[in-house]
Amino acid sequence: MEKRDFVVRFAGEANVVTATEALASAAASAGYYVYTFATFPSQILGGPIWTQVRMSVDPVFGQGDYPDLLVAFNKYGYDTHHPELRAGGVTIYNSKEFDLPVDGLNFGIDVEALAKEVGNPRATNFVTVGAISQEIGFALDDVKAFNKAKYTRGRDSDAQIIDSNDAALELGAQAARDSGIFIESIGASNPPEYEQIMAESSDMIGLGAMAAGLDYYVGYPISPATKILIWMESRMVGENTFVHQTSSEIESINTLIGAGFAGRKAMTATAGPGLSLMSEGIGLAWMSEIPLVIVNVQRGGPATGLPTKTEQSDLFSCIHPAHGDVRIPVIAPGDLEECLFGSAKAVNWAERYQGPVILLSEMVLSERTQNIEKPDLSKIVVEDRQVYTGENGYHRYEAEEVSPMPLPGGPGAYVANGSEHDEFGDTTHLATVHVHGTHRRFGKLNLLNDGTYEDINPDASVVMMPWGGSKGPAREAFEALKDRGVDIGWVYTMYLNPLPDGLLDLLKSKDLVIVPELNYQGQWSALLRMDRVNAESITQYTGLPFKSGLLADRVETMVMQHQEGKVLA
Amino acid sequence: MTTKNPNYDFKWCPGCGDFGVRRAVEFALNARNEKHETRMRDNVIVAGIGCSGNLVHLMEADEQPFGIHGIHGRTLPIALGVKSGSPDSNVIIVAGDGDFLSIGMEHIGPQAQRNLNVTAVIMDNGVYGLTKGQSSPTSNFGMVTSSTPFGKIEAALNPLSFYLEIGVSFIASHYSSKPRELSALIEEAMEHNGFSIVHVQSPCTTYNDTYEQLKGSKKKGIEPGIIDLPEDYDSSDRAQAMNVVSDGRVPLGVIFKENRPTLGDQYSSMTGRAPSKASPEKILATYAI
Repeated sequence: MEKRDFVVRFAGEANVVTATEALASAAASAGYYVYTFATFPSQILGGPIWTQVRMSVDPVFGQGDYPDLLVAFNKYGYDTHHPELRAGGVTIYNSKEFDLPVDGLNFGIDVEALAKEVGNPRATNFVTVGAISQEIGFALDDVKAFNKAKYTRGRDSDAQIIDSNDAALELGAQAARDSGIFIESIGASNPPEYEQIMAESSDMIGLGAMAAGLDYYVGYPISPATKILIWMESRMVGENTFVHQTSSEIESINTLIGAGFAGRKAMTATAGPGLSLMSEGIGLAWMSEIPLVIVNVQRGGPATGLPTKTEQSDLFSCIHPAHGDVRIPVIAPGDLEECLFGSAKAVNWAERYQGPVILLSEMVLSERTQNIEKPDLSKIVVEDRQVYTGENGYHRYEAEEVSPMPLPGGPGAYVANGSEHDEFGDTTHLATVHVHGTHRRFGKLNLLNDGTYEDINPDASVVMMPWGGSKGPAREAFEALKDRGVDIGWVYTMYLNPLPDGLLDLLKSKDLVIVPELNYQGQWSALLRMDRVNAESITQYTGLPFKSGLLADRVETMVMQHQEGKVLA
Repeated sequence: MTTKNPNYDFKWCPGCGDFGVRRAVEFALNARNEKHETRMRDNVIVAGIGCSGNLVHLMEADEQPFGIHGIHGRTLPIALGVKSGSPDSNVIIVAGDGDFLSIGMEHIGPQAQRNLNVTAVIMDNGVYGLTKGQSSPTSNFGMVTSSTPFGKIEAALNPLSFYLEIGVSFIASHYSSKPRELSALIEEAMEHNGFSIVHVQSPCTTYNDTYEQLKGSKKKGIEPGIIDLPEDYDSSDRAQAMNVVSDGRVPLGVIFKENRPTLGDQYSSMTGRAPSKASPEKILATYAI
């Protein structure tokens, strides 16, 4: 018997991270599909951390619901996570910290002692991975190949580290064999033909923006968006680029306005509290028509909320982030590829319609590592704003649509104005001008309906429509529902505002649109109902992503209730 | 109403100090353009919210500078973006005491530490004029305004002392009645390689008319509030500067000036040390399995 899909959960403190990375990287190198999840407390060191590695023979969409194997580094981790183990799941515990009664499904290892035994106290992660590999029949040779590749760094100590890691693997595996407990063997890997990369969402967001010509970035540290600032500081370097840490999010947004005005392709990344501080500046960018991109990596809110947990509760505040009549373009990627192409599209949209665009990410994406097909960057077509090259005396804001933008040093000087303004950018309160300006600003959104969407089982009258990071778990739920014979369709897009051409009519034609989303109010379904779509949410607000099995049950119940309602009517 | 835009209907009150400041800014920009062989289009005026910010719409020259009239208090971050995004542009901030020193105060320190190469011309009238006369950070203690009907109960901020303490690398002070003299200071501030502030007493004839206090009145026995700098004044001497700004009167001239690298200088030197720019394709290749 072999099993095609394993979920391994690590619970403990900081020590879980290196073991997670080692297992995930080794599995990906060996040709498995890997998908990780992590959640941390908001402190520098220590505190309960848990992570999860899913490795599968087949492509996967989600982080996996119930672990097959729990690695508990302390008693708290065991107590918290043991109830989540699937029936028959196995626990490996750190016997230096605590003991468990023998039940045939657990065994203890003193990982630190075994690492010391091989003369490399830092090899605890390899002891752990050795034991896990033994439990799930993951070939040690695959892990050794990864070890050798990773630690061949041209240093004198390479051989000693590689050998001791190998020895640590063997000791871990031996300890697992000695326990007499074995779960099942994972099937042989079935790597795809295509080239793969292994990356995080911050890598993809940074890369996508750069591929679209981004040359200006500022940011203020905030969880879980800091990774993007760090990525930019170290990678978007050299001539004609500017990356800098600001003194606040208020400074960030206004600095982007200055840079966008000056002709740069400018971006920042933040999370809820920073987005709130940017509110007035976003309104200014919309009003004065300055291209810029804000990445909002959602965490739990409001106020400081849950800085290191995931939630999809910023949708209202992204589409309507500022006071007054605004509706900001929002792209919400749901996986790593979409982080790349969505980020590039956000930069292009900002240039095209000359205004602010929000890329709406979330903590589950930012903490995920995944191996995916190497994206084809040539698919990104760089768009540059129209620049004014005529004579002075230009009427920057006269047209009813987007118009070429003068840049400092060039002709057509004007005032980019946050007050309602006439064609020169001079302040006015005339009703006719405010009406014209409002129509001009909203009309430009029509330039952005070139997004795409997925439409599976188009004949179904009831569809699921998740958004953002819930895409993966929802897709697994959708597949499970199809297997159960539930007649349901799937509609998905990362282009939440404006919707891709034709999508709103499609949604309106459905009897029911079921929106799984991680917030209390059901924000996306509420916005859809504003547009006269019969949408209802399935909500969760635990700070954690959906479990696909439970989600499938809740969707099925909603579908059944809907059908009963139709019969009774 | 301007030559450029006859329909523009904003007006300063008769006698407003901001008229003089506008003339001074225009003189200074013209002089600078001539000296550097640049054009108006190479200048960007970042305006605050309040009476003074409207200066950006009221420039009278045939060729206009670029302008941003943004949101209350955020001129400096906007200027940071313009200057770092377009280093060849000459960036001037025009704002009042409410905008710059109350809601916008948090931005002065960071630009001082960066030594951002921009020039701020601050029109201080000691009152919120556009909202019709509330107390501002520079309103005197005890001053009766619409928001302090029983007198202001906070001490007045000393802006020059604050600029000096927080590390602004060029500080000048003047008043609005002498546009030619003021213009020379603004020009010198724009020549300064670093963060420069020209703090101008610009009276509000409607809510806080301080002309008499500034110029004095022999008839009424009022001593002038303005004071010339001593002949041997050394603007590189921080201690002497501290002395002058603690006097309580309005000194006329360059109070303090020091030369140190700007944000632009430091950034260029840092990028000189950093590896050269990698293409997205090259970066992508680093994630290969």
